[in-house]
Amino acid sequence: MDILAKERKVRELESKILELGNDEIISKLRQEIENYKQEAMTNLTAWDRVLLARHQHRPVASEYIAYLCDSFMEFHGDRNFSDDKSIIGGIGIVNGTVVTIIAQQKGKTVEENLIRNFAMPHPEGYRKALRLMKQAEKFRRPIITLIDTPGAYPGLGAEERGQGEAIARNLLEMSSFTVPIIAIVIGEGGSGGALALGVANTVMMLENAIYSILTPEGYATILWKDASLASKAAEVMKVTSYDLEELGIIDRIIKEPLGGAHFNKMETFKNTKLAIVNELQDLKQFTGIELRDRRIEKYRNYGFFQRFNYDNLKGVK
Amino acid sequence: MNDLIKAFENRKSSKKQIKIARTKSQISSAKIDVPVGLYEKCPTCKEPVNTKTTIENNFICKNCGDHFRVRAIDRIKITSDSGTFVEKGHGYITLNPLFQDGYEEKVAENKEKTGLDEAYIYGYCEINGISSVIGVMDSYFLMGSMGSVVGEKVTKSFEYAMYKKLPIVIFTASGGARMQEGIFSLMQMAKTSQAVLRHSEMGLLYISVLTHPTTGGVTASFASLGDITLAEPNALIGFAGPRVIEQTINQLLPEGFQRAEFLLEKGFIDAVIHRNEMKTTLGKLLMFHRRFQ
Repeated sequence: MDILAKERKVRELESKILELGNDEIISKLRQEIENYKQEAMTNLTAWDRVLLARHQHRPVASEYIAYLCDSFMEFHGDRNFSDDKSIIGGIGIVNGTVVTIIAQQKGKTVEENLIRNFAMPHPEGYRKALRLMKQAEKFRRPIITLIDTPGAYPGLGAEERGQGEAIARNLLEMSSFTVPIIAIVIGEGGSGGALALGVANTVMMLENAIYSILTPEGYATILWKDASLASKAAEVMKVTSYDLEELGIIDRIIKEPLGGAHFNKMETFKNTKLAIVNELQDLKQFTGIELRDRRIEKYRNYGFFQRFNYDNLKGVK
Repeated sequence: MNDLIKAFENRKSSKKQIKIARTKSQISSAKIDVPVGLYEKCPTCKEPVNTKTTIENNFICKNCGDHFRVRAIDRIKITSDSGTFVEKGHGYITLNPLFQDGYEEKVAENKEKTGLDEAYIYGYCEINGISSVIGVMDSYFLMGSMGSVVGEKVTKSFEYAMYKKLPIVIFTASGGARMQEGIFSLMQMAKTSQAVLRHSEMGLLYISVLTHPTTGGVTASFASLGDITLAEPNALIGFAGPRVIEQTINQLLPEGFQRAEFLLEKGFIDAVIHRNEMKTTLGKLLMFHRRFQ
């Protein structure tokens, strides 16, 4: 039974409560549900977390922004081609600090998702993000990015307008900024499309978010020629926040309520805000150049390999 | 400790293989596209072509002008002045960070097949008498995919160029990030991009030459960030693979989509250069960028 089936059972039990009148039975049932949740929704498998990261009720970027910012103003367009609605960007105030926020926006309904292109950005989206980040650099505002995308959009127009170049340019420019950058994976972090907003001083992940080189389905198709092995792929790919923290890819995990972020959105937002405020405070101690150097050094050191040192045959680096 | 000894022994044996393979490649190169034999069939025009003539013709089909894929070592041979290439960055050992079944065997198999340590080699060379760093990806090694070692070596090649204050020329040929190394491969995109940034900030030249095929994570990182971007005729260059796009949009792609000429028209590369003129062009570009002072 995967996490979605368990969740359905919880919902079923909850709806039963409403039909009953007796207070005593209600409180007893409530307790039962609570116990079941405790039992069923801890120790999630990697595939459970993939399902949670894609959950249709999972909070989307705009909801986070509404909670995080006292006043947020969105800006549109990349000044070259058009405005990509799968990325929203703007300026807001988080706990008294003016910040630039860039976020990949999923839709809540099918219609909205069609407008948002299921949060799969085109090159103009990345170029809009870059334009706003360059402004943040100019006016010395910290940058916060919220990552939630299955990947950059693979389509005709995207290729014609240089999807690869747009992502590469973002990776390069984000390495060069001298303002603090905080990236938070709030849902799916899919491949280069996610990394293009993810070169940051601090990379955080929500507990049930995933971050991977491609979708587990894609991985199973490429390596095992069978998309139905996706749940096994999720396990071996190390996509969950706990795995990635262990591998040293992310810096911090933001806790979610039991059962996933959608069970108690306010708590999720509160935890996220707290983490951002803390990290901003931490990054304040560094000068611009230090921030930049630390970011470059951080990404310089990623990799898992051995090197044989010929000069000194005693050691392997 | 046992691991270290084992690694060293592997290294020793693989070094032997390199020697053998390289002498072989000097005799009859490109054995995969144009297998050893007097006459071979060109994959594009299906006409029989003389193997020896093809090799002499820089691995271009005499009949239809199709550019065959070239192994890294042969690419260096046809690009740099003979005898000037010095390989740098030896001794990297690919590991299996996510404990994938069969990955180590696959790497070993490809090492044997190509005689290379990994899908990328770099070093010092001279092109038409001008010193430069040259880096070449080999698409015969696991499709030239970028894992931890390739990412590290690409970064190192930029750092070597920075240290020597030299321009760098990179020939890319890659299917993208290496899936078997998962998130580590993804991080190589950021790593190589910041290497380009640091090299560029020293005021040094980076020429990126896109050859068939360059897709995925390599296109979306250092391959697209050259000061000058060249490509070989009819090379497949793109972010998403053609099959993925076809599945997404549910229709067939137009003829010539994602080819070098298409990208030239859309404004993403500076020029499409025939392989026979590549060396002259690179020499000219390096000459253009010699310092005034």
